[in-house]
Amino acid sequence: MTTIDTELPPAGARVGRRDPDVRGYFGTYGGRFVPETLVAPVEELQTAYFVARSDRAFQDELTSLLDRYVGRPTPVSEAVRWSEQLGGARLLLKREDLAHTGAHKINNALGQALLAVRMGKRRVVAETGAGQHGVATATACALLDLTCEVYMGAEDMERQALNVVRMRLLGARVTPVDAGTRTLKDAINEAMRDWVTNIQDTYYLLGSVLGPHPYPLMVREFQSVIGAEARQQVLALVGRLPAAVIACVGGGSNALGIFDGFVDDRDVRLIGVEAGGDAIVAGRHAARFTTGTVGVLQGTRTVILQDAHGNIEPTHSVAAGLDYAAVGPEHAWLRDMGRAAYTCVSDDQALEAFLQVARLEGILPALESSHALAHAGQVAAELDRDEVVLVNLSGRGDKDVEIVRARGFGAPPVAAAGPPREDVT
Amino acid sequence: MTSRIADVFVRLRADHRTGLVTYVTGGDPDAARSAEILRGLDRAGADVLEVGVPFSDPLADGPVIQRASERALAAGGNLSGTLDLIAQVRADVQAAVVVFTYANPIFKMGTDAFAARAAAAGVDGVLVLDLPIEEAGSFRQTVVDAGIDPIFLLSPTTTDARIRAAAKLGRGFLYGISRLGVTGARAEVASGARALVERIRAVTALPVAVGFGLSRPEHVRQVGEWADAAVVGSALVDVIAREADSPDLVTTVERYVAGLKRGAQGGASVT
Repeated sequence: MTTIDTELPPAGARVGRRDPDVRGYFGTYGGRFVPETLVAPVEELQTAYFVARSDRAFQDELTSLLDRYVGRPTPVSEAVRWSEQLGGARLLLKREDLAHTGAHKINNALGQALLAVRMGKRRVVAETGAGQHGVATATACALLDLTCEVYMGAEDMERQALNVVRMRLLGARVTPVDAGTRTLKDAINEAMRDWVTNIQDTYYLLGSVLGPHPYPLMVREFQSVIGAEARQQVLALVGRLPAAVIACVGGGSNALGIFDGFVDDRDVRLIGVEAGGDAIVAGRHAARFTTGTVGVLQGTRTVILQDAHGNIEPTHSVAAGLDYAAVGPEHAWLRDMGRAAYTCVSDDQALEAFLQVARLEGILPALESSHALAHAGQVAAELDRDEVVLVNLSGRGDKDVEIVRARGFGAPPVAAAGPPREDVT
Repeated sequence: MTSRIADVFVRLRADHRTGLVTYVTGGDPDAARSAEILRGLDRAGADVLEVGVPFSDPLADGPVIQRASERALAAGGNLSGTLDLIAQVRADVQAAVVVFTYANPIFKMGTDAFAARAAAAGVDGVLVLDLPIEEAGSFRQTVVDAGIDPIFLLSPTTTDARIRAAAKLGRGFLYGISRLGVTGARAEVASGARALVERIRAVTALPVAVGFGLSRPEHVRQVGEWADAAVVGSALVDVIAREADSPDLVTTVERYVAGLKRGAQGGASVT
């Protein structure tokens, strides 16, 4: 395994404490596997971002928007009743569901939209899975007067119909993608095809810590506000660091955002939770660290779900935002170094956590975040009462109400208890 | 040692002819007919056969080649099958054969295994769409050591510095992308294509083939005025798609390519 390159990046840039090397590698993961036409625009983006990240005016403008428009800092809430029921550690929730538009995605969307304005790009394209990144991008584009086109898998458009309407109301054009598995992966392919065709005036606003360098670095840095706030808030609230920080991992931007605040606190366990779907069988889950292998997908070298011939396997999750075949390259690196651990929970376990947190805490979490909550419940139950577990509640679950209802929950009392649940192995 | 690709371009230049490079997806619509199509392309006079590897996520391709990939995958196609296909027809075709692929199938097979199998199959060159020169280092060395030419794509967005780097690392020919965007037939040759070829010519003697968007004999003729060869892909794949269920599939493909070839023969003599 190669070590991190210490060579300096181009002039005007600074080296952050966890920057990838100059070629965009975190250890052996990352890089820039793009068609030739995209090399120049990706380099243009890197140059613009490296200038912006160390430009006080840019950072001030972003901070101001995060404070006055997004509503940051988002609070940390203690899940008192849920913790009591579990009988273990105290559970703290970082409330990204309370950020404007209802998820952490807005942190990155605003940062990149500001960058697009700086670069003179007046048109923005984006992909979306659950629709949260699409809504955040449409919001940022409305605010900053940019034209917005969002690509969304046709299957995702059906299961996240509410977010499709939100995006359209915000002035974005939502284009269905019927190719391949009709989910997030195919939406990214289509967004990249649009970008490569329209690079002169178009900015590609990628929503997670994926894609070619500098996206994994840039998206993590725009999300690192989550961890920076949370660390201070937890210390102020309980006077100690958490035993564990837990987040769901699709591409993994909310996870890296909160992990970033604690990665230097070596005693704090960092745990990423992937989608176990309905079975750990090819095509029925998105647990890349359970059955995945190293490969290249959509511009980056990382752990992916693929068949024996290098074709990308279909994935499944009840949570559209976790339903993707690759994990962000920095996660693969954190895992190899032993700094973060990864596990998965099933669709049913996530739903159970969704229902518990709704009834005990008065919060409808996104089904994506419910994966983190499900595992956090297990971790907390095994710890002592004086320990603390921090969960990134990355988004609100209003968008998922129809999916939960279709599974038989939320009916009037006369309909009796919930439906029979299948056992999950 | 000169490669078959180098020989093809030496001959084209000596004859003052424009080369015709054809692209089809390996295994489209199925392995048996794909083999017949490759033989037909050679009979019709194609100088280089690009054989695409079916892949689940062809993000640099437009809808026509995406669907070809889907047909080939549905028929059981993959990188291994594409190499078998080439091995099967190699003895019957005079044209040079280039594998056209995304990076992941090769990485999954392993670069060493790929190079050995491709060389054994008689592959002359390999072009990896999402492996720009910065990422191609060890892969390039491995295929060169196996006697296979690494072919790099150059785009209107490519800087002169990167053109020089690609010219140093590439073998056989350089592939000039005529326009921004994905693969797919267009009505006219892009206006920036000639300027790109001139920028390439300024730094290297390597032959240049131009592709993306070409579909008609007059496109081939026009490109031949300033490039060594024209690549026709999506338009040809579209013929295969339309005739896939016809008993005349191969003859229709041959007739189409023979028409392009007539455009190519008009090439260098028409100015």
